[in-house]
Amino acid sequence: MSVTEAGTGQNGHVGRAMKRKEDPRMITGRGRYTEDINLPGMLHAAIVRSPEAHARIVSIDTSAAAERPGVVAVLTGEDMADDFEAGLASVWSPPGVEVRKPDNWPLKRGEVKQVGDPVALVVAASRGAATDAAEEVIVEYEPMPAVVDAEKALEEGSPLVWESFGTNKTHDWGVSGGDIDAALAEADVTITKRFVNHRTSGAPIEPRCSIGEPRGEGMTLYSTTQIPHIARFILGLVLGIPEDKLRVVAPDVGGGFGAKLQVYPEEALVLALAKRLDRPVKWTETRSEHMTTSHHGRDQIDYVTLGAKRDGTVTGCKAEIIADLGAYMQLLTPFIPTLGFPVMGGCYRWPAIDIKITGVFTNKMCTDAIRGAGRPEATYWVELAMNSLADELGMDRLELRRKNFIPKDEFPFQTALGIVYDSGDYHGTLDKLLQKFDVDAFRREQEELRGQGVYRGVGFSTWVEVCGLAPSRAVGPQGVGLYAAFYESANVRVTPTGSAIVYSGTSPHGQGIDTSFAQIAADILGIDPDNVTVLHGDTDQGAWGWNTYGSRSLAVGGEALARAARKVQDKAKRICAAMLEAAPEDIELADGKYQVRGSPDKSMTMADIAGAAHIPPQELPADIEPGLEESSFYDPENFVFPFGAHACVVEVDAETGKVSVVRYVAVDDCGPAINPMLIDGQIHGGIVHAIGQALYEQVVYDEDGQLVTGTFVDYALPTAAEVPSFETDRTETPSPVNSLGVKGIGEAGTIAATPAVAAAVLDALAPLGVKELDMPMTPMRVWEAIQAAQGSPAGGGGA
Amino acid sequence: MSTSVHVEVTVNGELREADIEPRTLLVQWLRDELGLTGAHVGCDTTNCGACTVHLNGEAVKSCTVFAVQADGAQVTTIEGLGSAGALHPLQEAFWEKHGLQCGYCTPGMIMAAADLLQRNPNPTDEEIRHGLEGNLCRCTGYHNIVEAVKAAAGAREEVSA
Repeated sequence: MSVTEAGTGQNGHVGRAMKRKEDPRMITGRGRYTEDINLPGMLHAAIVRSPEAHARIVSIDTSAAAERPGVVAVLTGEDMADDFEAGLASVWSPPGVEVRKPDNWPLKRGEVKQVGDPVALVVAASRGAATDAAEEVIVEYEPMPAVVDAEKALEEGSPLVWESFGTNKTHDWGVSGGDIDAALAEADVTITKRFVNHRTSGAPIEPRCSIGEPRGEGMTLYSTTQIPHIARFILGLVLGIPEDKLRVVAPDVGGGFGAKLQVYPEEALVLALAKRLDRPVKWTETRSEHMTTSHHGRDQIDYVTLGAKRDGTVTGCKAEIIADLGAYMQLLTPFIPTLGFPVMGGCYRWPAIDIKITGVFTNKMCTDAIRGAGRPEATYWVELAMNSLADELGMDRLELRRKNFIPKDEFPFQTALGIVYDSGDYHGTLDKLLQKFDVDAFRREQEELRGQGVYRGVGFSTWVEVCGLAPSRAVGPQGVGLYAAFYESANVRVTPTGSAIVYSGTSPHGQGIDTSFAQIAADILGIDPDNVTVLHGDTDQGAWGWNTYGSRSLAVGGEALARAARKVQDKAKRICAAMLEAAPEDIELADGKYQVRGSPDKSMTMADIAGAAHIPPQELPADIEPGLEESSFYDPENFVFPFGAHACVVEVDAETGKVSVVRYVAVDDCGPAINPMLIDGQIHGGIVHAIGQALYEQVVYDEDGQLVTGTFVDYALPTAAEVPSFETDRTETPSPVNSLGVKGIGEAGTIAATPAVAAAVLDALAPLGVKELDMPMTPMRVWEAIQAAQGSPAGGGGA
Repeated sequence: MSTSVHVEVTVNGELREADIEPRTLLVQWLRDELGLTGAHVGCDTTNCGACTVHLNGEAVKSCTVFAVQADGAQVTTIEGLGSAGALHPLQEAFWEKHGLQCGYCTPGMIMAAADLLQRNPNPTDEEIRHGLEGNLCRCTGYHNIVEAVKAAAGAREEVSA
């Protein structure tokens, strides 16, 4: 796997496990993250946050804070009322549906609606001085009743998060296809279950940080963001700054997982402060601030009914979903449960599907996109409902899946909900999984171990997901109702000496796009990937982009890049033809050389052609402009639908309730690999994210709305010691949607794995009588479930 | 006003002197005063290990050490472990085995792994996993980090053999 094995100008870089171009700076401590940036004259902001979940602000006394050494300004929401022309935006307005959107000012005025609401801030010469002074801001609150449980919030007489709406319901949204009543009536067997997708945190290891910098007539924002262009668009409106005067830079970003797919109040605040004070202002999040005020994910209750004929043919599925959205509507808050709908039906031919989603305000941090965003929730209940149905039918769980898989010769396949799955081979990934994982051998071993008091279980997940967001017509204002478009841009510029600078509108934060995009460009241009530099994340450097989320970078941004690079290749061929006095259609690119077909001795390298394009040694034909640079804006016709089959084996310690993942096998399909090493890395990380959700992680509020899990001491991310190494493999079913045939893989592991892990735990616990258990399946919960099932008084199950 | 304290610390082989506020954390001093931004802050509660450096040859979480506690000591940061032209075997192995994605936990992870290999030059997978459980990574799922540490241990074996 040597990076330099290919000589200059060799093709065949796509498909190689090429080492990353990003790594040399990162492994030597020379990455440049936002917090690493310090500007001359820079001030530091600290934010005063509400300790109350719901309260009226009676008074704010800033006088003591203002007298602290080093303090430059102490400001409240009222003080900054004129700094903002609009509140923070929530961009989902589905046609025909009213979504209640409260005011969302960067600094709150009048009332607070959740713990952590920003009510005042201090700007000082150092972070320490600002933090010290923030402690001296005295805020008097008049507490109001809080509601933290979404189902209780919908009850008559519940405290209201927003009095003015007269209800805690944010909106109702639904989608259906087929005749669900007839489908369930004709079913021989139905199961009805309640599933809980609990609240989690994205928890990138890099906390958020933002720096606002005055710059001549304009402003620069450096920020830990996944979405520099979208942030510029929205912050420009919030602050009343024209977009040409606002530059947003996302330097190296230390993980996002959706938590940085947001336009946050602090980004607006540092810009407003820099404008007010005419000095750079930096704010860095503490981890507790991250847990409190970086948006959360999931938090749904799903009531699901699934019906089937006696032979296992599913007739239909009905789901009612209650989504806890928290107190405010941020960027995509109300949309996230809806984002799961294209895969509410999984890999299966379900002829009738009826989905109803109800959003609810509570006095908690808002939920929004966290890795998978709607699809992990959907996949969790789809897969566990299939397990329950199989059990009810007395049918093997994998057999039920095979019975209902969409066969590979039926793609593109239109689901009951009108979604067109692009390509798939669900039997293929499951078959390959079962070659690696011998179910019969496991069952024998399981039985033997049970005799020794060792409880092992296996869980499967056959998953499909929807990603590559795009396409604008489906997701935009006239489609599902996001006020946005989802094409992607790319610009390919070849320098006079024949190296390439690629600017992508995507904005990666760990995905390895500097490398995979260089591989794509290198092959199409006929140069070495070492001579390709990929730029992104700076709104002043390239065209508008729609940035990175929804596993879209490669399937949308990569295709845009391929299209721009092909335009450059086409022009290079025309220049080459002119130089070699041949017809453009006779020029072919082979082994890094542009040569006349049939006359390989007549050839030019990209460096030769780039030289001729910039400093023509002879006059170029009139129809060829000088220079060698092309752009593309690509809006796909459809989403892409990666899929796969996972098996998880766990062992449960019945004495302590501790669950250990002892084996994990994953076979995934995201189309042809650009860089297989990067795919494996995404799968590994995604699975561990899901293991965390299934076994350890949960954002917990008490009944008064106080956050209980405010640090990594209380919110348990999996460490290396909690997870195994993984057995991964792939099949490659190309997507017909884009010319590369690629699908996204960034969220796949997280979407796939929670049902496999949960099912494995329940399988392990079956001989102990435990039939139901919600995630996270912590030792306490597992132990209590065992005690209850065994009828021990310790578990409250009665003696 | 707080009083300043004079410290003399050898950082990456170079003697550095400063008058600092006693409450200054070692990681703050390294990052904000010395410009050694390879050590990162991720959690404030000594859980994540992104700030790991070596203090007198042993891994410490530099968010949990006051800079004044390092007075008279030797500190090695990721910047002092190796450089682009002369990578430490662990840096090489993390690159080779795709042991990093966003790179934020990576300097701390490498410094912790270096400490582990000093104490246990030929660790098992299990020993690597437990040896690194004080360092959180949200991207890689740890699989390739374990592979990288094993590869680096193997490379050291080869060199010493």
